[in-house]
Parts: sequence; structure tokens; C-alpha cells
Amino acid sequence: MIGDWFAARGRRVLEILVRLGRAHILLYYVLLALPSSVRLFREIVRQIHSVGVRSLVIIIVSGLFVGMVLSLQGYNTLVHFGATQSLGVLVALSLVRELGPVVSALLYGGRAGSALAAEIGLMKATEQLSGMEMMAVDPIERVVAPRFVAGVLAMPLLAAIFSAVGVLGGYFVAVGLLGLDEGAFWSQMQGKVDFHEDIGNGILKSVVFGFVSTWIALFQGYDAVPTAEGVSLATTRTVVHTALAVLALDFVLTALMFNKV
Amino acid sequence: MTVPAHHQNDSSNTPLVVLHGLRFVRGDRVIFDDVNLTIPRGRVTAIMGPSGTGKTTLLRLIGGQLVPDAGRIEVDGLDVHKLGRRELFELRKRMGMLFQAGALLTDLDVFENVAFPLREHTQLPESMIRDLVLLKLEAVGLRGARDLMPAQLSGGMARRVALARAIALDPMMVMYDEPFTGQDPISLGVLARLVRSLNDSLGLTSLVVSHDVQKTCVIADYVYLIAEGRVVGEGTPEQMHTSPSAWVQQFMHANVEGPVPFHYPALDLATDLMGDEM
Amino acid sequence: MRQQRNLEIAVGGFMALGLAALFILAMRVSNLTVLGTEKGYEVTARFQNIGGLKERSPVSVAGVRVGRVTGVDFDGKTYEAIVRMRLAARYDTLPKDTSASILTSGLLGEQYVGLDPGGDTTPLKNGDEIRLTQSALVLERFIGQFLYNKAQETDKK
Repeated sequence: MIGDWFAARGRRVLEILVRLGRAHILLYYVLLALPSSVRLFREIVRQIHSVGVRSLVIIIVSGLFVGMVLSLQGYNTLVHFGATQSLGVLVALSLVRELGPVVSALLYGGRAGSALAAEIGLMKATEQLSGMEMMAVDPIERVVAPRFVAGVLAMPLLAAIFSAVGVLGGYFVAVGLLGLDEGAFWSQMQGKVDFHEDIGNGILKSVVFGFVSTWIALFQGYDAVPTAEGVSLATTRTVVHTALAVLALDFVLTALMFNKV
Repeated sequence: MTVPAHHQNDSSNTPLVVLHGLRFVRGDRVIFDDVNLTIPRGRVTAIMGPSGTGKTTLLRLIGGQLVPDAGRIEVDGLDVHKLGRRELFELRKRMGMLFQAGALLTDLDVFENVAFPLREHTQLPESMIRDLVLLKLEAVGLRGARDLMPAQLSGGMARRVALARAIALDPMMVMYDEPFTGQDPISLGVLARLVRSLNDSLGLTSLVVSHDVQKTCVIADYVYLIAEGRVVGEGTPEQMHTSPSAWVQQFMHANVEGPVPFHYPALDLATDLMGDEM
Repeated sequence: MRQQRNLEIAVGGFMALGLAALFILAMRVSNLTVLGTEKGYEVTARFQNIGGLKERSPVSVAGVRVGRVTGVDFDGKTYEAIVRMRLAARYDTLPKDTSASILTSGLLGEQYVGLDPGGDTTPLKNGDEIRLTQSALVLERFIGQFLYNKAQETDKK
């Protein structure tokens, strides 16, 4: 009995390794197809609309609220130390370094990522991908690669929008609601937030997150079992895997980027 | 009716597709074991058999999407699985395929769907593409539906659009994967008539995979019956109706009992019932 | 095709919004406006102890930011720390005998280099070294010194 249990564990591990391998093979083909898919400019624009523009609402609303809450909570703590003039710094650094890239990546995975996985999974289930192959059109070049490019381009922009809106939200709460000094809020922030270290690294993080979460979504869709169940599974897997990957990568990137300071 | 020039060659009597000793295994199931058949040019050939015998798999093998475990498949003299990627793509441009559900691209309208292969593979000017697409749609009777989206089409209409798309590049061969499944009698009739008339007017070679005996036998010139991974019967539709083979008899006349048993393998009934009481 | 047109406009708007956000972050939120890529000149100074001073720490005169620390090296022979600083080009009137001290902003804040202008008429140029320096106040030593002095006082009594 125990032997069976171990055998099952072993099989699971092998399955995971196989899927990991397939994911990398797909990535390889997608990267190979990138130069030729540049001619599909129209298609890339359509995809940016699908993953970027359509995510704007949730990104802006979330960014606004996160910024406002940060400001509120930060005030509650800083006021004990008489350090409320640092509220702007607190809000800005938290957003630009961490919350902006990470939260927007999680939201992206949930909204755009799951939509991508479902779309491609459905195309697989209705034999559209197969049909393309039989028409001598490479589905990776025509369908997968443009979506990949769109995702990697859109993610950093979404993260920047999230951070910017968050800072504005924080400003409204700090100066409008809590009555802090406007000048101090901005000048302290401008003094402490470094363009290269903080914003640059934040953008770099969001590019990495965009790469990974789009890759996960595209793979789950492409590799899905071509049934309704399979597509549903691919969608939920995308959200979960994206969340795990983003959070784990965030730790690694933060350790690499922000420890030297 | 003259056959278009690029379909003629000095060997126009050689078969278009030949399967030699094809063997294909999926997991531990043997799908095909030593299948030999030839598809002659310019004719409608049907491949029939019980459900689950892998007829769709056969089309995929011919199209090069799957690789056989043994044997050889030749299309127009070329060994499909020895071709490089680019050559395989070139060959596929000359083959049209009609999938079971049509497989139209859902984010393009009817016109764009039919224009897709033309846009991808030719540099024709827009006006020419427009004319070609309208002609193809006219051939299947759906020229007026050109602005509809696939979601707005009925099953039969979707298949006809897919057919228009399959012949967009004037292929030498069209493969039909279960074209008659799940259709109402009118659509069935329309589709069957289209398969035959397009085959004759365009000089195509048609390969129809189906299990609808009536409709298929009306339009087919030659029939192969595949069961348990082998060809168990072949001949013209008339020959098939009068064939002495048990397989062919059961299939052609839809008999409940025959080589394909009614009962799924199980224990003897008495034992099964008694076993519960013990 | 009109649908495609609207879509393209939306995407263009999205890209513009994203770039605008980046711009806001760069200009209003970060310190990019202050000494971003301004030209400047480099000077060095040697200290016994630089405390918590690090790269990118500010350099100020009379409380005004005039430059940044660009690097910190260690001299193996004299066991001193060598701090390299970049000062903004427009502040080119600092006298040669300016002194540099490592100060702390606030009580527990970050450390910075404070420059005190001297009286010399020749200004500091690129590559010069500031001779007069005062090392950072290391709190532990300060406390230790204080306790030691206190102990001495009670001893004398």
C-alpha cells in the first residue's frame, strides 16, 4: 500500500517534469517565431487591446484603492513616531518597488491570463489550431506569438499605471483627507525615491512578470485537454500558477535588486 | 468538363494517396495494423467503419500531423513523413481539409475566414482576393452570408463555409472528416451534393471519412471499410452491398449482431447476478 | 474595418496612458529632476570613518543638495576611506579649502556629506581632493567615550 503511494508521488513528479519540459519547448518555438510574427502588427495591436486595454478598469480601480489604503494605514503607524512627513515616501516606495509590479501582475494573471488560456484552449478544442496547421499556417506564429508580445509589452505599462494611480490615491488621502502638508508629501517622496533603483527595478520586475505570466497562460491554453473540462482546468491553473510564480519571482528579484542598497 | 491544368500530369492515372503497411499505436491501443489502401485521382473515395476505429486519426496521418509507427504514406508521389517542415507546409497547401465542426476561426467573419488561406499564402491584390472569395462562397451557396460571424451560422452552414475555405487555394485533394454527422436531412443532401459536384467540376480527389452509409454510398466511387485496425472490405458501393464478408454485411445493413458484438465483454450473466448475493 | 479603427485608437490611448504614467513616476515621484544626468565634476575626500555613508548618498552645502557620492574605496596603505563625489557643474565656486564632514540628517536618519566652504579664492576643480575632513560620528564610540569620561569623573571624586 505504501509502495503504491510512493509510486503515485513519483508519477506526479514525472508528470510535472514532463509539463515543465513541454512548456519550455513551447517557449522555444514562440521565441523562434517572434521575428516572423512582427509582420502581424495588426494582430499584436488587437491583442494589446485584449490584454491591456481591457484590464485598465481593474488596474486603475485597484491601484487607486491600494494607494489610498496604504496612505491611511501608513498614517496610522507613522503618527506614533511623529514621522508623518514620510508618508509620501512610504506610499511611493511601497507601490513602485513592490505593490505596483506584483499586484498588477496578479490581477493581470486573473483577468488577462485566464482569458488567454481559455481562448487558446477553446481554439484547440474546436480544432481551429489543427485547421490552421492543415492550411499550412503555423499556429504558434499566427496565434501564440502575437499574444506573447502583447503581454510582455502591456504588463509594464499596467504596472506603471497602477503605481501612478496609487500614488495619486495616496496623495488624495494624505493631503485631502488627513490634512498633511502637500509640499512635504511630494518633496520627501522626490528626495527618497530613486529613478534607477526604485522605478527602474520596479519596471524590470513587471517585464519579468509579464513574460512569465503570459507564458504560463499561453502554455496552459495550448496544452489543454481539448474538452470543455480541459479548458476550464487550464483557466484555473493559469490563475494559480501565475500567482505562485509571480510571488516566488518577486522574492528572488527583490533579493537580487534591493539588497545591494 | 476539363480538369484544371495543374491537376493534370503525365501520370494522371497513378493514385494520389497510397498507404503502405501503415501501423499506428496510441498508448497500448493499436489503432492501425498493416493498412494498405490507394486513393485514385479525380474520384470520391470513402473510408467507413465503426466508431472509434480512428478514422480521423487516418486523415491526420495523411496530412502529416501524426507520425506512423511503421509503414509509408505517399501523397502525389511524396513520402509525407520524410518531408522537411517547409516541404510539408507546401504539400499541405495543396490539400484541403474539412473538419467535423468546420473549425472556422471564431474572431473572423465568413468572408475573412474564406480569405484566410489566400491572405496567408498568396500576394494577390485585394480585388482579386475579393473575387475569389465570392466565387468560392457562390459555389457552396453562401455568398450572401459573407458578413456573418461563425457564431451566427448553423452547423450545416458552418461546414459549407469551411468547405469554401478548403477549396480556396484550388487544392488537388479535399479530405472530409465526418461531414454528415449530426445534420438535418436537407443539410445532408446539400453537403453530399456539394462534395460530388465540386469533385467533378474542379477535378478534385475527394476522401470522405464517414459512418453514414446511405449518403456516402450515393456519392462515393469506391469504399474502404476499416475495422479493428485493418481494411476488412473494399469495393464500389454496389460491390459492398452484395459482399459476402461478415464485417461488410453487418456494417452496410446496420445489423445489431455480427463481428462487432452487441455486448461489451463481461462475465456470464448468471455469475454476475449470483455474485451480488454472496 | 471601423471596428478595427476604434480598437487601434483604444490601444494607442492605452500605450499613451502607460507612458504618461511612467512619465509621472519619473518626474513627479522620483528624484529624476534633481541631478539626473547633469554634468558635474568629481572630487575626492579621505575619512577615518565614513559610518553609514554609501554610494548615492547626498552631498550638501548649507542644506542644499549639490551632488552625490559616486563611490567609496579603501586605501590599504593609510587605512583611510576614500570617498568620490560628483558635484553639479553649476556649483563651481566652492573654495579649495572647503571642509567635508559626514553628518546625519535628523537623529536617526541617513548619512550625507556636508561641505563647509573655506576662504580660499581658487575654486575646486575636477579631480581635486578635499583636505579638511571630519569623520562620521559613530554612536557606539560616542556612548563609550561618554561612559568612560563619566567613570573618570567619579574616580576623581
